[in-house]
Amino acid sequence: MNADVRAMRTPAEQALSDAYAAARKTLPGKGAVERLREDAFRQFETQGLPHRRVEEWKYTDLRALLREVNPPASPPDAAAKRRAGEARDLLAGLDCRRLVFVDGAFVPDMSDLAPEDGLTIGSLADALARGDALVAGHVGKTFATDDVAVALNTALMGDGAVIRVAKGTALKKPIHVVFASGSDKPASAFVRSLVVVEEGARATIAESHDSGDTQVNAALELVVGDGADVSYFRITRARALHVASLLASIGADATFRSFAYTSDSDVVRNQNFVTFAGENTHGALRGVSLLRGKEHVDTTLLIEHAVGHCESREQFKAVLDDEAHGVFQGKIVVQPHAQKTDAKMMTRSLLLSDGAEADNKPELEIFADDVVCGHGATTAAPDDNLKFYLMSRGIPEKEAEALLIQAFVGEVIDEIDDEGIRDALMNDAIDWLRRRG
Amino acid sequence: MAFLEVKNLHVEIDGKTILNGLDLTVDKGQVAAIMGPNGSGKSTLAYVLAGKDDYEVTEGDILLDGESVLEMSPDERAAKGLFLAFQYPVEVPGVATMTFLRTALNAQRKTRGEGEVSTPDFMKLVRDTAKNLGISQEMLRRPVNVGFSGGEKKRQEILQMSVLQPRLAVLDETDSGLDIDALKIVADGVNRLRSPDRAMIVITHYQRLLNYIVPDVVHVMAQGKVMKSGGKELALELEAKGYAEFQGEAA
Repeated sequence: MNADVRAMRTPAEQALSDAYAAARKTLPGKGAVERLREDAFRQFETQGLPHRRVEEWKYTDLRALLREVNPPASPPDAAAKRRAGEARDLLAGLDCRRLVFVDGAFVPDMSDLAPEDGLTIGSLADALARGDALVAGHVGKTFATDDVAVALNTALMGDGAVIRVAKGTALKKPIHVVFASGSDKPASAFVRSLVVVEEGARATIAESHDSGDTQVNAALELVVGDGADVSYFRITRARALHVASLLASIGADATFRSFAYTSDSDVVRNQNFVTFAGENTHGALRGVSLLRGKEHVDTTLLIEHAVGHCESREQFKAVLDDEAHGVFQGKIVVQPHAQKTDAKMMTRSLLLSDGAEADNKPELEIFADDVVCGHGATTAAPDDNLKFYLMSRGIPEKEAEALLIQAFVGEVIDEIDDEGIRDALMNDAIDWLRRRG
Repeated sequence: MAFLEVKNLHVEIDGKTILNGLDLTVDKGQVAAIMGPNGSGKSTLAYVLAGKDDYEVTEGDILLDGESVLEMSPDERAAKGLFLAFQYPVEVPGVATMTFLRTALNAQRKTRGEGEVSTPDFMKLVRDTAKNLGISQEMLRRPVNVGFSGGEKKRQEILQMSVLQPRLAVLDETDSGLDIDALKIVADGVNRLRSPDRAMIVITHYQRLLNYIVPDVVHVMAQGKVMKSGGKELALELEAKGYAEFQGEAA
């Protein structure tokens, strides 16, 4: 966007500038990190908050949506930690290692820090302050983008998880990075995590956000090494504006699966920037969103096939009730030399009411000539013939609809390998349907 | 009092009259065949009995046990004991056959004020019935009708009927798309359900099915009404002469 088009700064833009000015001296990291923040901040100042005339943000006008920026969250006190600890954890029953962040700050005493061979875990704030080499080597480098939400995150990143799974290590249990809300007043948090899964290693990482009234800008840089096998889950419930960015780089001969599950959230933007950087890799990005009321969930993908011989699958489903608004933007870019790329993208929206809206924008940009790429998008109400069939067997209308919706989302959730996470998400979806009445 | 009484039924879809003053009674324990040419309104009758809301009843009534079902939703009718075996059973992706059967059975029982069926009783009922119909355990685990052949789908319909134990079963061209072996299996399944407490309406184009499911009474439908009724020999007569007589009559 042209800078001179923006005559006026919005109060939120001003507040973000003020927040940076106030925090820049106390934000963790010196030297190169300071310069990284400074560059990112300048990018934000030039572009401003993205709005509907910025193609990538057409359906989620951040400038209009972000009227007021909440003050930065305070470090959690005992009461905040207690509130966070009592919050509902969708993966409560899962046998996993939990790393807990309250209002964006790492809480070691609520986290499982037991040592495990080949696993290094820690906090980003510590790592930045220490000048940790792993963080210095990766942060801001995983995926080059001029996205403003990512730039803001870089400028203001406070804390987050740093996870390294060493070469050849298979993690014993999934790691669940819990971002919980403990603040009793409106706040904001900029969290940034880094996960590096080295050559031949295996890891399942689940990141959950139950952010209450805290505005969250979350980013994760994920580096999947050659021959590594990584499953990544992002589970979101947010009652304040929530923007999450996945920045991922996948090596050769690797397997990568991601799954985004969003429910009971007001305004969520889930953006995924993924580059296939090594050949013979299989990647699958999937997700399910359940929306009601005036909820708004935007899933945006930018999948870049930088090299050939990779397979990618994208499959996203949304269930939209009342006046909810679902957005899917998926762009697959196949670079000129990325021959034999096999990419398929599918998005389906199920509309449960006349007032619900789904916007789907799949895009393919193919510069190679020997590829198999395709995309599809459907938006429909529950099938009347299916409903009649179920009802003719004695199943009441609401229950018949619930069964069909469950089947609709089940098709994607069933693809999840991890049984515990699969069941937890399915149960939550069933619970969501039950609350529909 | 007749068990099912259809009185002067007029039905339209998209402003087009399909049933035009249809009268029909079926008694308990009776198997009634309804035969007729294409477009005579046989399938419409089946759907209207089951409560599909694409159809508009403009006149007449449908009484089950003397009670009008017209204002009842399809699930309420099912709980009253009405079952339609579909001509084209739909595929329901993502809903396992067992889950579907169990949900349906318990929903009906709940509406009738009965308790849920116990798991062992349910499993036994389904297994035994499935075995008789040549339906494998693997098929029971699959989503309802997904990827099944026409014949397999028809067998699933009879399985559902056997599990739900309706008081009035309407079989809409259950013979279509079946080879002779499948036809026998399906007919055996239907015959096992014949009972003095249960009525059946068997809709078909062809007399062939009626060799295996022998009707007590045969009704001939054309032009949206019942034109003629008789014993099972009427079916043979129709097979020989065709429906020309009835199509001419109304014209």
